[in-house]
Amino acid sequence: MIQISDLFKCFGRKIVHQGISFEVDKGEVLTIIGGSGSGKSVLLKQMVGLIKPDRGEIYIDGKAISHLEEEELQEVQKMIGYVFQEAALFDSLTVAENVSFGLYNLLKFSEHEAKKIVRDKLALVGLSGIEDLKPAQLSGGMKKRVGIARAIALNPKILLYDEPTTGLDPVMSDVINDLILKLKKETQTTAIAVTHDMKSAYKISDRIAMLYEGKILEIGTPQQIQNSKNPILRQFISGSSFGPIPIPGHKNNEHRN
Amino acid sequence: MNTDLNQSNFISLIGRKILRSSEICGEVVILVKRTFYWFFHAPLNRRNVFLQLLEMGARTFPVTSLTLFFTGMVLALQSGYSFIKVFNEPLYVGRLVGASICKELGPVLTSLVFAGRVGAAVAAELGTMKVTEQIDALYTLGTNPIKYLAVPRFLAAMLMLPLLVIYSDFIGILGGFLIAHFRFGIPPNVYFDEIYIMQIREVVHGLIKAVVFGLIIITISCYEGLTTEGGAEGVGQSTTSAVVISMVLVLVGDYFLTALLVAFRIG
Ligand SMILES: Nc1ncnc2c1ncn2[C@@H]1O[C@H](COP(=O)(O)OP(=O)(O)OP(=O)(O)O)[C@@H](O)[C@H]1O
Ligand SMILES: [Mg+2]
Repeated sequence: MIQISDLFKCFGRKIVHQGISFEVDKGEVLTIIGGSGSGKSVLLKQMVGLIKPDRGEIYIDGKAISHLEEEELQEVQKMIGYVFQEAALFDSLTVAENVSFGLYNLLKFSEHEAKKIVRDKLALVGLSGIEDLKPAQLSGGMKKRVGIARAIALNPKILLYDEPTTGLDPVMSDVINDLILKLKKETQTTAIAVTHDMKSAYKISDRIAMLYEGKILEIGTPQQIQNSKNPILRQFISGSSFGPIPIPGHKNNEHRN
Repeated sequence: MNTDLNQSNFISLIGRKILRSSEICGEVVILVKRTFYWFFHAPLNRRNVFLQLLEMGARTFPVTSLTLFFTGMVLALQSGYSFIKVFNEPLYVGRLVGASICKELGPVLTSLVFAGRVGAAVAAELGTMKVTEQIDALYTLGTNPIKYLAVPRFLAAMLMLPLLVIYSDFIGILGGFLIAHFRFGIPPNVYFDEIYIMQIREVVHGLIKAVVFGLIIITISCYEGLTTEGGAEGVGQSTTSAVVISMVLVLVGDYFLTALLVAFRIG
């Protein structure tokens, strides 16, 4: 469904990706973990063509997308729902208009149908009765969930979640976890989720990939990841500040080695 | 030695600046090209066009009214006194006010106000959308931002600015009349006869300028907005650049446009 081969990306002198390759099958949920600034969001954005890779290729449903013309790219983008890290709701529109944005623009639903879809999708993310509010009137977690509702409104074949549960309370986080699993089970939706929340990573993932220094450090089932011997991965999933991962401004790294 | 180094640094700096500037010009041309492409190749988003027309008109007309009203008054005052000095009576005040306003001051002053208000608003709004990833979100929802955001704004600006100019022309002439009549005692029929003999070309001259200025202002503002980087600070910078660059281009462009229009005997 999604294939990434030998991806390179840098911004000016800053190298973000240096040779990333992996595949995601249809109906699979892959979670990407990795430190802040390790390039997780940039990776997701390249998958929808918002950022062009410097080298390497991304195949969506067998189609190479990095050099597509605008209109062809748009066809690919229609298959993909994207949940932005900061929600990125349109703040001039109401919640209902946000969620139904793609419906009107792509597929020409009637107003009545669109209303029902909006209500259903908002219910799926645990929201109701906020259709007429503007994004500025919502809390951070509510915005995030409206962003998820907007991404799933079109029933895309692929969903890319950039930290779907960050900023949500534990109960709501689990509602979103269940939603990701439900979409996978019922409609075979392929999903890639970036998360820092290891609990939800273990729960939703078929496989977990760790991004480190521009490469995939390790990729495997939650079980394999939990039992990994790699010291960097071990430090990361246990969430310890001691270990081989360098932290700028800290001198803690030698203590344990 | 040291100066050599400085010199080569300086030259390479200039070189880089020139390269960057030509790059920007290229990007601006591409933006305009794509906007026109989408204008002709996609159904118009009527709601957005309407909202923009409303916004741009309502935002600007109070200020332009005020500006042109006083400009008309001051023109009448100045020309009245000057003509009294020369001819002992205030001749041709209507003629002077009418021509100056319709050909130059109406379009230019209205455009400057338009650049300040609409240019800033557009650059700030699009810039904010850019830095909060709303532009990216448009792409992922299958909507081209040029089509959805730029086309309605281009259309609205190029329609609304000429309308505002026509309206401002009237206000300016009215302001001139008040002074001509109440200060210099020029009878209304004399003043307005001098306005009526103005040729339609002269008004068209002003309106063509307005359309071009509208295009300049909205192109710069959309470009600045859509290329904003770097959070709130970036939005501030884009907004300032949008206003300053549009104003300068309007003033400089006015000269060349006038020369061109005169060469083609329009006005
Ligand atoms: N548009 C851009 N221009 C320049 N540099 C960028 C740009 N976008 C991202 N970067 C850089 O790329 C690196 C990776 O950024 P990215 O947003 O992918 O991090 P992340 O893994 O998502 O982090 P977080 O977990 O904090 O969201 C960062 O060092 C960032 O400075
Ligand atoms: Mg991120």
